[in-house]
Amino acid sequence: MSIIVGEDTKLVVSGLTGREGSFHGLRNRAYGTYLAAGVTPGKGGQDVEGVPVFDSIKEAVDEAGANTSMIFVPARFAALAIDEAIESGVHTVIAITEGIPVLDMLKTYWRAKEAGVRLIGPNCPGVLSPGKANVGIIPAQFFDRGKIGVVSKSGTLTYQIGNELKQAGEGNSSIVGIGGDPIVGSDFIDILTLFEDDSETELIVMVGEIGGDAEERAAEFIAAKISKPVVAYIAGFTAPPGKQMGHAGAIISGSSGTAQAKKEALEAKGVRVGTSPTETAAIAVETLRG
Amino acid sequence: MDLLEYQGKQLFAKHGVAVPSGEVASTVEEAVAAAERIGYPCAIKAQVLIGGRGKAGGIKIAGDAEEAREHAKAILGMDIRGPRGEGPFRVHQVWVEGGSNIAAEYYASVILDRGEKKLLAMVSSQGGMDIEAVAEESPEALVKRHIDPTRPFDAAAARPIVEAAGLDEDVREGAAEVLARLADVAGGEDATLIEVNPLIVTAGREVVALDAKVTIDNNALFRHEDLAEIAESSDDDPQEAMAREKGLTYVKLDGNVGILANGAGLCMSTLDVVAQAGGTPANFLDAGGGSKAEAIVDALTVIGSDEKVTAILFNIFGGITRCDEIAKGIVTASEQIDLGVPLVVRLDGTNSEEGLKILAEADLPNLHQEKTMLDAARRVVELAGS
Repeated sequence: MSIIVGEDTKLVVSGLTGREGSFHGLRNRAYGTYLAAGVTPGKGGQDVEGVPVFDSIKEAVDEAGANTSMIFVPARFAALAIDEAIESGVHTVIAITEGIPVLDMLKTYWRAKEAGVRLIGPNCPGVLSPGKANVGIIPAQFFDRGKIGVVSKSGTLTYQIGNELKQAGEGNSSIVGIGGDPIVGSDFIDILTLFEDDSETELIVMVGEIGGDAEERAAEFIAAKISKPVVAYIAGFTAPPGKQMGHAGAIISGSSGTAQAKKEALEAKGVRVGTSPTETAAIAVETLRG
Repeated sequence: MDLLEYQGKQLFAKHGVAVPSGEVASTVEEAVAAAERIGYPCAIKAQVLIGGRGKAGGIKIAGDAEEAREHAKAILGMDIRGPRGEGPFRVHQVWVEGGSNIAAEYYASVILDRGEKKLLAMVSSQGGMDIEAVAEESPEALVKRHIDPTRPFDAAAARPIVEAAGLDEDVREGAAEVLARLADVAGGEDATLIEVNPLIVTAGREVVALDAKVTIDNNALFRHEDLAEIAESSDDDPQEAMAREKGLTYVKLDGNVGILANGAGLCMSTLDVVAQAGGTPANFLDAGGGSKAEAIVDALTVIGSDEKVTAILFNIFGGITRCDEIAKGIVTASEQIDLGVPLVVRLDGTNSEEGLKILAEADLPNLHQEKTMLDAARRVVELAGS
């Protein structure tokens, strides 16, 4: 097994006729992902290297059997494109687009919840299940098939850790980039739950960074609900405190959102936290091998 | 992007929240002229993006023109540090505001709660002081309620919140109206934080916003021309202004190790390992995904223009980014600009072998290659000195 994307994935790419969309969509297909369709309004009936293009995601679902949508639409139109995907009948929407206004995402988040659609991202590198399917921009060559599930707010940091795991001879069940935006469709907790239930995953690496309280919430959740070992890495210990004004953010979460606070919250619940990507990968390998 | 008090108040006024009348001034003469028009007593308030201005001497009341001049002189150009040592922030503008007759001081805010994925409204009858202290010492005095994203948030919906906060009965309607309008500011202006402390009740029982802290979502600036203009003009750091012009994500820090990495997460991680190796980063610079040679030249120009920088670290893990493109950029940059400081390069990932070959063939003076992120961090710290 693997999570979110796999052999059953039938992908429809919004923006397939665009430069980025075609580059990554076709790359995903070359990896082995079943690319069922592309969508660009007004370009229905065309094809991109044999992949049929439709005017709407709904048509791609009805006519090409798509069940997973990937969004590559420019930021100012992306929330609308995600909304369209949510209502089209796909079960999973993976939004790569960076820079979507956060209050647009707030509305879209609740639309996805209500419709029961799994939303990953935005501003994320996508999901890779090595040997099965790749949806997004994760460079698959740095990851082998294996037992470690990875969930991360950051793209390049994930590649760095994945590559170190590969060099140490370990691989991954799935790698999930959840995105670093203030509001993302799926949080650490959602993905940890999927890994817990995934028979192929034996250990989970969680990569967080400063801001928000998703890591602190994950720490509580891990202690209560996750039986598999979790190893974490947090980036941003030396990040500038910023020209922050109000401290209202800290009041609600009860946490300052700093890397140190997140590390402490995780360690308090027995999660080992690496001080660098290299050390994190080493701890994961050591824990896995007992 | 954070707005100055007066910019926030202008947004409040646009959405029907009462604010005292005032004028912004950048010179002592302008401030005095404004005070003369507004009348006395009036407040001269430093416009800086940090709390605790009052305690730092950045807010003074003037009873006449002479005092207005004296205060404006003292405040314009002063450096203000935040309550937690942030800054210093230099005062370039003051806001001259008509005096308010204060009967009560409340607190109101509307902010984005990332965890709950909702806007959160907060109200307290204990305004005018450090709200964090109120939240800690008497949490029941700070009423917090999430705003239902599927329903309109009007004065009727806001009413239970001000009631729970125990505001004076005769101003509850006015306060509920203000809270609803603050939510309008959030929705209409793409603000993720709006904090009013204090929200005052005047002697005439009017509810007025005496302060304004507003944070605007940078991703939404494309649909707010007026706010985008503020963003354009708000950097006074030369490197940050240059970086913005070149479309780079750059944050200046106070150390001497220049840093360039691809991806925000890897860049933050690079700052951390440099700090662990005993160095102090001079900046955060995310070259982004798919960086081309030209972007590298721009990035090195920005980092190199910071005089504090004594060595630069390139930490690239190529995914979409190709290491050969990065290497070409480094070679081109070294032909175009004289950095005069050692460069430590770590290239890994997509096309790293081609990239390393390009660097080896160029045989640049003062360029050091390292294979891993940790070795590269140690090397650059050693070369940077202290």
